[in-house]
Amino acid sequence: MTDTDGAARRRSVLAVVPPARPRKLAKVPFVELADGRLQGVVSSGSDIERVYVSSVTAGSHAYHCSTNNNRPCGGLRGAPCKHLESLADEAVLQYGVDRVARYLRVDAGEGTQTGVELLSRLDARHEPTSAAVVFSRFLRHLAYLELPASTTVLPELHWFPSTGAGR
Amino acid sequence: MLGTQLAQLRDGTPTGLTDADDVVAGFDDALLRGFARVGEQDAAALTALADAVVGTPLGERVAEAVGKVTAGSVGQEHLAALAGARSALLGAAHDALLDQLDTALGRHRAPWTPTGAAGDPSPARAAARSWLHETALAGWRGIDHELLSAVGTPVEAALAEPQSRRLAVLLDGFAAELRAGLPVATMAQVPVRRWADLWSRAVLLAQDGPAPVPAIERVTGRLLPLGVDVHEHETAVQVQLHAILEPADGTPPRLVRVTVGAAKVATIGGPAVWRLLSAYPALLTAIAQRRALTVTDLPAQDGDLHWVDGQAQVGEPADPFATARVLLGTATATALPPLDRHPVAIAEPVLLEGYTVHDDAAAIDLDGHRLAVALDRLPAGGPLTPALVAASSTCLGLIRWDDGRWLLQPLAVQATVKRRPVEAHNGDWADGVTDPKVAKAESRAGDAVAVLRERAGRLLRR
Ligand SMILES: [Zn+2]
Repeated sequence: MTDTDGAARRRSVLAVVPPARPRKLAKVPFVELADGRLQGVVSSGSDIERVYVSSVTAGSHAYHCSTNNNRPCGGLRGAPCKHLESLADEAVLQYGVDRVARYLRVDAGEGTQTGVELLSRLDARHEPTSAAVVFSRFLRHLAYLELPASTTVLPELHWFPSTGAGR
Repeated sequence: MLGTQLAQLRDGTPTGLTDADDVVAGFDDALLRGFARVGEQDAAALTALADAVVGTPLGERVAEAVGKVTAGSVGQEHLAALAGARSALLGAAHDALLDQLDTALGRHRAPWTPTGAAGDPSPARAAARSWLHETALAGWRGIDHELLSAVGTPVEAALAEPQSRRLAVLLDGFAAELRAGLPVATMAQVPVRRWADLWSRAVLLAQDGPAPVPAIERVTGRLLPLGVDVHEHETAVQVQLHAILEPADGTPPRLVRVTVGAAKVATIGGPAVWRLLSAYPALLTAIAQRRALTVTDLPAQDGDLHWVDGQAQVGEPADPFATARVLLGTATATALPPLDRHPVAIAEPVLLEGYTVHDDAAAIDLDGHRLAVALDRLPAGGPLTPALVAASSTCLGLIRWDDGRWLLQPLAVQATVKRRPVEAHNGDWADGVTDPKVAKAESRAGDAVAVLRERAGRLLRR
């Protein structure tokens, strides 16, 4: 016997990643749990050309926010700024609070519903990181929408059925 | 489909299937722990895999690979041999299961006709092989953020090569799943079969060797839609229409597939995915309005029609249930290319009528014979819901196989809701959402595609 016995053990098709839940993208066009961080891009409320790059690192809970040109966010005054709060709220909408908490390695506790509430449970500290990696991931993300549609058959997608009807 | 055919499926489990499944399961467990240091139990599992292909053209290579892995010095070529052996076993399982299904249904299947062509070496595939090698050494338990961030290089390179699109889309979906599973050590359940499936297929797609490509023919005739199967992960969507082609040259009707797809991002889902396929208006109209199509000189291979929207004309209304009743029994199917064969690829259109529904639509009963329903395969971009399946008595669907059992994936149902007959098809929203309640919710969520395209326009081209 192995320690992997269970219902999923010999199934080829099962939803390991629940589909992202729909949310409005205008304020926070990009959120992801990747590179060991909750990270994303928040549109500036005042300047349509400007975006903020915000992130929280899993485990250490170090956070940072800056413009995509690495200019530090003026809203960081010993606590997460409103961009980080928006990022966390939208992440919870997109992934659910449990998945975000698990990734960041924080105990969500009973009754935590929003990203702001989750942020308040972190023993967070500010630590500058470069915006370049996250911003380039955002640009790559956008570039998917520039790829042309295709008639190439992808037999591998039989492992990935669309799911979640009527959600 | 008849109750007696379901009984044939249930009773006729192919010989050797369980043994093959156990050998594969042993390999899958070994991959959980990784090949950097192989313990006694995993060494035995790998030896069982080598034993299973003794006497086949793979035999010697696999035996050598197992020796190297257990000695702790596994190279990329050895991983290819192991992935090949695992895929050969599951390919054989596919063949035996499909043969059983064809026999029960009385379905004739034309054989696959091979032709060979050498593939060019590709930097994208080389990068993928190296990433898959590192992943196998680490095992699912040893995967970390750094290793997953490193998949970006092969994915980006493969996306840029049209001939590596399959590899790119597979790696991207696979890596997203591994990322969501981190840390794997705290996962309630590690999907070992699934991840070994995806890893093995990726290893095969990442090889540069000669790739067999089947002969391409041209077809002209009337295309009668049966239903659509929708596939989706964070960065890809694919719509596969199952249909019957009545060739203009008078040859017998054929069971065919038309496949179109697009790249997307995680925040685009549900009915919005149809809008990414607007390059195929004739196809989407025929699907949404349940109409026939006249196709002229379309390239075809292995039962797949390669869609050229300009060579198709939308025709008269064609009820998919009527098409199934009249033509599904006699239409000829086509075998898949050998490397694509795996039980997951079994997706055979069937029509079931006059059944009762049980266990919250998780199973149907036809003349005392049960069949499980794959409710997790009802797409978010269509009107078909578990509640409609529960209220149904007629279903057009795909027969599938997973984890030792046959399943029905509904593509369309006829049901009775509040004493009224209703009909719902997966493709009903191909041309726009027809349910006012869902349409309203969609517009409340806003237009994700438009927002992201605006951001792309402002930020990408600077
Ligand atoms: Zn900020």
